[in-house]
Amino acid sequence: MTIWTVFLVGIGGFFGSISRYGISEFAKKRSSQKWPMATLIINLSGSFLLGVFFGLDLNQTPLLLIGTGFLGGYTTFSTLNLEAVRLKEAKQSKAGKLYLLASYAGGVFLAALGLTIGLWLARD
Amino acid sequence: MKVYFWVGVAGFLGAALRYAVGVALFNEAQLFPFATLLVNLSGSFLLAWFTTSFTKKIRIPSHFQTAIATGFLGSFTTFSAVSVETVQLIHHGSIGLAVLYIVVSLFGGLWMSQLGYRQSQKEFGS
Repeated sequence: MTIWTVFLVGIGGFFGSISRYGISEFAKKRSSQKWPMATLIINLSGSFLLGVFFGLDLNQTPLLLIGTGFLGGYTTFSTLNLEAVRLKEAKQSKAGKLYLLASYAGGVFLAALGLTIGLWLARD
Repeated sequence: MKVYFWVGVAGFLGAALRYAVGVALFNEAQLFPFATLLVNLSGSFLLAWFTTSFTKKIRIPSHFQTAIATGFLGSFTTFSAVSVETVQLIHHGSIGLAVLYIVVSLFGGLWMSQLGYRQSQKEFGS
């Protein structure tokens, strides 16, 4: 770890969190739904893309900038849990469970798919 | 638009801290992703604690609230790493560890978030 690698991750996190905030604000304006669709779309797309990047087997610089920084900062774990707790507090336990299932099952499946595609792309 | 800038700055710090904690405290050769688990569980507690009632007692301008919650804590924790690390554990043939990782993330994350929620109400009023 050097100042440079920390800086690279930070720059990625700068753009990743702005992207996440932009998408969630956009969703908030368009949709009246209480269901946290924005976070789900962000976490699923981010899991897929991180899978692709890992499969591509890039060197350290793009992996830190785009993988750990951008996609790490774009996706979020704390918001997922808070939204699930809020659904439970609002007596919508079933929706909360469905949200968690879609996040974890979808995230692992899409990461595996992304990794497969990344490895395939890296072959030639 | 100013709020986007502060979310970005806080996201810079959150991601940089996540990376630094991971490198400083854990051995990269470790198979089990302890680093991600640590930032995710602590971040889940802190986000719920901060957003539930903290700002009712302690006044912070709203764009800084968004920066801390969405920018810093949102970026400090990560979901994409959980997905990819699980797939990597499966790929290594460590199915048991992969299941353990998901179960601890899922229930640990919820539990920490619930704990932060309750603690915030207790400390700052509901």
